[in-house]
Amino acid sequence: MTELFLDLTSAGLLAAGSIFVLIGAFGLIRLPDFYTRLHAAGITDTLGAELILLGLMFQAGLSLVTVKLILISLFIFFTSPTATHAVANAARVMGLKPMLIPDKDLENTEDR
Amino acid sequence: MLYIIGLTLSLTAFWLLMSGIYTPLILFLGFVSVVFVLYLTKRMDAFDEDVFQFKLKRKHFSYWSWLAKEIFKANLDVSKVILSPKMKLSPRMVRVPVSQSNELATVIYANSITLTPGTVSVDIEGNEIIVHALTQELMDGLTEGDMDKRVSYLEES
Repeated sequence: MTELFLDLTSAGLLAAGSIFVLIGAFGLIRLPDFYTRLHAAGITDTLGAELILLGLMFQAGLSLVTVKLILISLFIFFTSPTATHAVANAARVMGLKPMLIPDKDLENTEDR
Repeated sequence: MLYIIGLTLSLTAFWLLMSGIYTPLILFLGFVSVVFVLYLTKRMDAFDEDVFQFKLKRKHFSYWSWLAKEIFKANLDVSKVILSPKMKLSPRMVRVPVSQSNELATVIYANSITLTPGTVSVDIEGNEIIVHALTQELMDGLTEGDMDKRVSYLEES
């Protein structure tokens, strides 16, 4: 009985995580420019990845594997924003202009 | 020097715990990884006392649970924007003032901004973070300053 409950919870979490990963991929194709696409990648990085890891923890039960999964999910919270920032910063340093933003924003954020 | 020895020992212990396979080849690869991490740390010039100043307190956990809730809400918001048939985008790129005084708190703030989908910190210049947001509403959520206040509270000892 408990096993069935754990399996169902895990399956639900894995399915939800996969849906968010798909939404992220969908956004990556659909959004117009580099900077807006970063936001779609953010969905895959955070909710998608974390829900899948949580679902896997329910499969692994109380074991060393779960400890490793918890560590992975913690590291994602540190590494994924760092990587996103590095990519975004590189684009700005190269002088890539974001699309669709109001002109006054561009004036304010130009290099001085 | 003490810090290098401490880092070596803790990296080795961590590797042995995580690996679980102790054949000569795998152990050798573990040794190479430890040396490589030490080299990277030296290259980043991170062998200083600053690292020890971070103390985990109860308020960090309450900040993390608040942040997890915000990340969840922002995920749903951005998903809605992406899935709506006519995407209503109103991207902004704005300078957001930083009220924290030390580097670690600024990094926590910038990292939290990027971690929340819909807002990405692109650059830090002086006392301002340049933030790109997917929509005006997501930008407004940030400029209200709730996150800024909470990070400042973390900084107080």
